[in-house]
Amino acid sequence: MESEQTVAPLVIAGAALRRGDRVLWEDLDLVVEPGELIAVLGPSGSGKTTMLRAILGLDRLSAGRITVLGEPVRRAGNRRVGYIPQQRPLPRDTSMRARDLVQLGVDGHRFGLPIPRRGERARVDALLADAEASAFADRPVGLLSGGEQQRLRVAQALADDPKLLLADEPLTSLDLANQEAVVRMIDRHRRTHAAGVLLVTHDINPVLDKVDRILYLARGRFSLGRPRDVLRADVLSDLYGADVFVRHAGGRLVVVGAPDAEATHHHHEDEHA
Amino acid sequence: MNWSDIWNAMFGGAADYGEILALVQNSVWAGAVLGLVGGLIGVFVMQRDMAFAVHGISELSFAGAAAALLVGVDAVTGSIVGSLIAAAVIGLLGARARERNSIIGVLMPFGLGLGILFLSLYQGRSANRFSLLTGQIVTVQNAQLGWLIVISVIVLIGLLLMWRPLRFDSLDPQAAAARGVPVRWISLAFMLLLGLVVAVAVHIIGALLVLALVVTPAAAAMRVSAGPVAVPLLAAAFGFVSAVGGILLAVMGELPVSPYITTISFVIYLVCRGIGARRDRVTRSAA
Repeated sequence: MESEQTVAPLVIAGAALRRGDRVLWEDLDLVVEPGELIAVLGPSGSGKTTMLRAILGLDRLSAGRITVLGEPVRRAGNRRVGYIPQQRPLPRDTSMRARDLVQLGVDGHRFGLPIPRRGERARVDALLADAEASAFADRPVGLLSGGEQQRLRVAQALADDPKLLLADEPLTSLDLANQEAVVRMIDRHRRTHAAGVLLVTHDINPVLDKVDRILYLARGRFSLGRPRDVLRADVLSDLYGADVFVRHAGGRLVVVGAPDAEATHHHHEDEHA
Repeated sequence: MNWSDIWNAMFGGAADYGEILALVQNSVWAGAVLGLVGGLIGVFVMQRDMAFAVHGISELSFAGAAAALLVGVDAVTGSIVGSLIAAAVIGLLGARARERNSIIGVLMPFGLGLGILFLSLYQGRSANRFSLLTGQIVTVQNAQLGWLIVISVIVLIGLLLMWRPLRFDSLDPQAAAARGVPVRWISLAFMLLLGLVVAVAVHIIGALLVLALVVTPAAAAMRVSAGPVAVPLLAAAFGFVSAVGGILLAVMGELPVSPYITTISFVIYLVCRGIGARRDRVTRSAA
C-alpha cells in the first residue's frame, strides 16, 4: 500500500473516446504526479471537457481505465476532486452572498436540516481570504464582476483541500488581473497541498510559466510533453496535418494556422449543459 | 349593482365575523401552511426558472381533479395524481430549459382541455366546477383540509432535508454533480414536491392562479434581499400574509377568496420592487 504522499492523483490508462465511428483520441496514457500542473489544449470538439467529466465519473470513456487518488472511478461525482467550471455570469437576483457560494463547497453536498456546523464559518472566511474576496464576502454574488465570481468558484473548489484539481476553461472571459489571481490560487494550492492539476484552456499564455506538461489533443491524436517539446511548429503541424506556426511575440506564444474546431460539424459537443 | 351592493358583497358578514371565523378556521390553517410552503418552494422555482412549469403542472392537476369528480373519487386525490404525473413527465423529459418549455407548452392545453371535458360531463354541483379553476377554499370539506395541511407539511420537511444540495444544484448543476450531488434525483424529487404543492394550491386558490402563491412571494422577496436565510423567510412570510389575509378578508363578504389573495400578493410585490429600485439607486450613487 502506497502512502498518501506518493499516490499519483490521477492515472489514465489506455483511454479512448469515440463518437460514432469518429475517434477523438485513443491509447491515451497519462499519470499526473503530485504537485504537477498539466494544461490540456486542443480545438473545440476534441473531447477535453468529456475527459474531465470522465475523471469525475459523469461521463464514460469508450475504453480504458481511470484511477483517481488511488481508487478507480465508479460513482458519479467525487468529493475528493476539486472542479472549477467555466465562468458564466450568475443572474443578478441570485439569492446568495459571496460567502454562500464558497460555503457550497463545504456543505453543498450534505442532506439534512441546513444547520451550520462548528468551524465552518472560520473555514469559509479562510477560503475567502485566499481568494482575496474578504472585502466583498457579504455582497450578493449577482452584483459581483465575472472575475470576482470566478475567484469564488475557485475558492469553492478548494474547500476540501483536494489532491486533484480539474479546471475547465477557468480563465475564459476574465480580465488580466483576475486571470492572474485565479492562476495564483491554483498554483499556490498545488504547491502547498502537492495536488495534481489538469487545466483545460484554449490560451496557454496565462499559465505558460506554471505549466509542467501539455496534453495537446487534435484530429483523433494527441501529443504529451513539456511545453517546449509540444508547442513546436513541427510537432503541431504533424498533429494537425497542416502547416502550423508557433510564434513568440512580446513574451507571448501564439499558435498560427491551427483550425479552431475539429473539421466535422460538432462544434459544441463537448460543452455539456 | 350599486355601491351598497358592492359594500354588502365585500363586508356584509362583518357583523357576524366571529361566528364566520369559527366556521372557516380550518381553511385559514390550510391557507397558512400553503402560504408558508408556497413561498419557500417559490425561491427554488425562481432560481431554477420554472414558473412556466408551475403553471403547466397546475393545469394537469385541474384535469386530475375534474376526472376525480366525474368518476366520484375525492377531488384532492385526483389533483395530486394529475400533479404528480405532470411533474414527473416534465422532470424526466425536460432536463434543459428549452426542452422543458416546449413539453410544458404541449402538455398544458391538453390538460386544460381534458379538465374542461370532464367538467362538462360532470353532473354534480356546479359550484365545484369553477372552484377548481379559480379556487374556493371555504367550500373544501374538513377531511380534505386535513389532507391539504398534511401534504404541505410533508413538502416542507422534504424541502428542508434536501435544502443544501437543492440550492447547489439550482445555482450550478455542473459543480454540484462534480461534488457527487445526485443531481438527477434532486431534480426529480424537487419536481414531485412542487407537484404536491401545486395540487394543494389548486384547491385553495385555483388552477389558474397558483402562481400568485408559488412565484409572486419569492419574486418579491428576491427584490429586497439576497440573504440565503432572509429570502426564504421573507418569501414564506409574504405567502403566509397573502393566503391568510386573503381568506380573512374574503369571508367578511360573499366574494371568492382568490382575488383577495392575488391582490395582496401583487401589492407586496409592487412594494418590494419599489424598495429594491430605490436601494439600487442609493447603492449606485454611493459607488
